[in-house]
Amino acid sequence: MYVIVVGAGKVGYYLTRTLIAEGHEVTLIEKDPRRVADIAPEFGEVAVVGDGCEVRVMQDEGMARADCVVAVTGHDEDNIVICQMAQRVFDVARQIARVNNPKNEAIFHLLGITETVASTQIIYSLIDQEVETGTSLLLTALKRGKIVIVSVDITANSPAAGRMIKDIHLPGECVLAAIIRNDHILLPSGTTQLEPGDTVIGVATPDAQQVLRDALSARRER
Amino acid sequence: MRVVILGCGRVGSTLAAILTREGHHVCVIDRDQEAFDKAAQRLGPDFTQETVRGVGIDEDALRQAGIEQADAFISVTSGDNTNIVAAQVAQEHFHVPKVLARVYDSIRAAAYREVGVATICTTTITAGIFHDRVLDRPLRSLQEYLDTAAGDSDRPPKG
Repeated sequence: MYVIVVGAGKVGYYLTRTLIAEGHEVTLIEKDPRRVADIAPEFGEVAVVGDGCEVRVMQDEGMARADCVVAVTGHDEDNIVICQMAQRVFDVARQIARVNNPKNEAIFHLLGITETVASTQIIYSLIDQEVETGTSLLLTALKRGKIVIVSVDITANSPAAGRMIKDIHLPGECVLAAIIRNDHILLPSGTTQLEPGDTVIGVATPDAQQVLRDALSARRER
Repeated sequence: MRVVILGCGRVGSTLAAILTREGHHVCVIDRDQEAFDKAAQRLGPDFTQETVRGVGIDEDALRQAGIEQADAFISVTSGDNTNIVAAQVAQEHFHVPKVLARVYDSIRAAAYREVGVATICTTTITAGIFHDRVLDRPLRSLQEYLDTAAGDSDRPPKG
């Protein structure tokens, strides 16, 4: 597969490295010549200096034969235009864009870019959880970060400890998928009583995830 | 007419002043308060009725500027991509009847014009005017200047 990556920040860099390691043909386009000079020893001719929004640059790097373009610059407008140009001018089959400001995600979709990765949102959620509690973990994000799977440890001072699931106020957009107790998997029902030492696996939207965490895990220390 | 202008640089602020003087209602959006101050200094404080601080693809800023009631939206920030994206949001999301975007890069301008985003490439127009003046030729129409760029050999092959 021939993949063109635009933007050689950390995301672009590691993505390019991974794709090369998997045997794909990759071109990494980056505006900043210093950044390209930095990574040139490792990437050689894969990394090129150029404005990835310019049609001439796209043309020179073979956009017309690319199977996929990945726009991961730090500017959402640039990522949108790169994907639209790839789509409309060069008929590239797949375009994947990084969304820097989660607020802009709807605009990407509105303007015809369906495959988006809202990295800020995902990373924020991860860090937020580490900082806030330490007893809950984001296991993975699905549907471009719109759905998350989390695990929450029940401790002795959890508000949910000793209570039945039906008595815990849970947000609508959230499902408790499993309870892990003494290395056994239990299927939760309304009458299941949560005990300290349990780990609850939940599927939720990012907003509901916060409420779920607050309802199950130990109060945050401020 | 109710007009929302994105970008309070020289073009945006001058356009706002002209339209305001003609009795239209104008709101100018810019991310920088300094841009409004400079425009007011240069053109007088009445160059526009309203200003909103914010970035152009932010729906909240656009709403605050009254885009839902606007008859026209014009994006003239210094960034081509910002202008292109903001124009599309105004057109496709807010259904503003008349939308125009200034785009410096002639190839990008032509590519978007083809898919229905009304772009004005000032680079092509300005170069064309200078060209005709230097050679003592009569000035052409705006459309002719824009078409010159769209039809030149710089156009990439399709597909």
